[in-house]
Amino acid sequence: METILVSLTAGLLEAFQPLNLMMIFAGCLAGLFVGCMPGLGSVNGVAILLPITFLVPPTTAIIFLAALYYGAMYGGAISSITLGIPGASTAVATVFDGRPMAQAGKADQALMAAAIASFIGGTVSIILFTLFAPPLAAFALKFGPQEEFALMLLAFATFIGLGGDDIPKTIFSILLGLVLAAVGFDIISGSPRLIFFDMVEFQRGIGFLVLAIGIYGVGEMLWTLESTSGKVQMHNVKISMSRMKANFKQIREYINSTWVGSFLGFFVGTLPAAGATPAALMSYGLSKTFSKDPDSFGKGNVAGVAAPESANNAASTGSMLPMITLGIPGSPTTAILLGGMIIWGLRPGPLLFTESPDFVWGLIGSMYVANAVTVILNIALIPIFIRVLAMPFTLLTPIIFTLCVLGVFATTDRMFDTWIMLIIGVVGYLMRKLNYPVAPAVLAIVLGPLAERSLRQSLISAQGDATTFITRPISLVCICLALALVLFPVVQRIMRKRKKAAESQA
Amino acid sequence: MTVRTAELLMAITTLIVSLGLMLNVYTDDLSIGWVRGRGPGAGMWPFWLSAGMALASVATLVRWAQKKTPESRSTDPYISKDTIFLVSISAGSILALLIMMTFIGTYLALIVFMLFFVRFMGRHSWPMTLAFAIGTPIFVYLLFEVALTKYLPKGLPIFEDGFLWIDNFRYEWFY
Repeated sequence: METILVSLTAGLLEAFQPLNLMMIFAGCLAGLFVGCMPGLGSVNGVAILLPITFLVPPTTAIIFLAALYYGAMYGGAISSITLGIPGASTAVATVFDGRPMAQAGKADQALMAAAIASFIGGTVSIILFTLFAPPLAAFALKFGPQEEFALMLLAFATFIGLGGDDIPKTIFSILLGLVLAAVGFDIISGSPRLIFFDMVEFQRGIGFLVLAIGIYGVGEMLWTLESTSGKVQMHNVKISMSRMKANFKQIREYINSTWVGSFLGFFVGTLPAAGATPAALMSYGLSKTFSKDPDSFGKGNVAGVAAPESANNAASTGSMLPMITLGIPGSPTTAILLGGMIIWGLRPGPLLFTESPDFVWGLIGSMYVANAVTVILNIALIPIFIRVLAMPFTLLTPIIFTLCVLGVFATTDRMFDTWIMLIIGVVGYLMRKLNYPVAPAVLAIVLGPLAERSLRQSLISAQGDATTFITRPISLVCICLALALVLFPVVQRIMRKRKKAAESQA
Repeated sequence: MTVRTAELLMAITTLIVSLGLMLNVYTDDLSIGWVRGRGPGAGMWPFWLSAGMALASVATLVRWAQKKTPESRSTDPYISKDTIFLVSISAGSILALLIMMTFIGTYLALIVFMLFFVRFMGRHSWPMTLAFAIGTPIFVYLLFEVALTKYLPKGLPIFEDGFLWIDNFRYEWFY
């Protein structure tokens, strides 16, 4: 405990370095912006801006991107409430009650509740993170390649069991990501693989950023252009100091939902397939179930705004826990952060705590600071962000496209990759229209090389004996859990069929 | 084209792609089997994962035939006419940007790109258009070339030479 406090103090000092503090502000602002723009969320912001962070040292870069991640969670509520369109998928549940509140002229109450709930959710989650991360990392130090591989298997299995998407399509998406990650020279034998059309350019592989920016930059913009081509209806927001004070006192009405959302969000956030969106929906559902007045949900109950907002912020921090301690990202956004860490020359995984304590604790310290900065910026800048929402897409789109193209070029210095990005973006858009989930593919291309390496390392060290995965207890537990998750939808279906059969008999 | 047709075509495409990947690994003489005492060969990972992709595509095809997925029952148009216009013009504009970057260089390409989006697509005022068309290349130059020290594509030699004086000027005065 004491060592945690010492390290945390060092981390906070790191976060208060002028450059880092500046980047926290910049990150929060950028996050609020991408969060409140419909169609863009944290994952898009992080993917598009990652190449630019090569300007600064890795610690500062991750502090900036993590701040952006929070900011986006706060920002999502702004458009959910004022436009009735979720600013990011994570803020979908905020629309349910935020929109009716805005229609009743209580937009300021909803925005305030969202900000306060987000702050509480974020803070609870960071404290849990600080307590859980060091012991988890210490435990994970014992992991060999067998356990690493089993954990990744478990991460992919969560998409199949809990992702809620069409299962064959989810499996296709995971495998496609893994295969694309294998393009280029084999890390162990050195032989070139999957050199399509004998083009030399493929020898260096397909970078994960090319895929991530293709899907989350180009693909997402095409998607957004399609879904928001119609005009949007904005609600006026009345803001004054006296109203803000009155709104602050309202906190008693939603504090319970906020606590539920905070704890639930953290734990759901740590699961790779779940993340902030399901956490917010689950938290909304729970608050409604346990509310004294469940009928008022969906008609403008302030607890219905607070519950999902606290949960999505808590989940964003929660998803960093497995990324930092185990090297397994808990969400698409952290998958991209993890890929970034590899580019910055860091090795994600439990060794980070011992090898780069400045990096880890700087990040943790910055989370405390960023959370406080964002809540202040959020409340202070609400009037400005509402105006930003009126920004036409014909101005935003070319800027995003420019950043996508040049960002990809800047990471690899090759025009070839920008072409791949465009192709992936268009294909990703077409597949997404048919409900092929994209998040598993991004996770898979980041984890692909790591997964293959750990699989083959384990087998080489065990002289080709595949039982090595089930004779080690931790790896056995992970594999059993993974199997259970994969079988879960099948069991569910059988149960449902039996129930139906029983009902039809009766 | 209805969503149902699109689902079928996509599943067939993914199946062909998966088989193509398997063939690619197989013909590259990579060992796709188990190497005794060492575990999987170099080609095993991509080959069998592609095989899994093929199986997943077949599963989607079967579910399509049984009308199990919502997409295989939907007769809505896959892409509406308005969307085709909007999406293809946006994707096309990136394509044009990439082609222009290769021939006339990043900066001239960006000016044309911005003129197109802001003036032609957005119908914004000329001052706004010019601010974007001139501001973006300057911003890009400062961010990518000065701060990130990346040499962005300048196009054919004749265009590249035209830009050299800016770099010369910068190096003479600032370094």
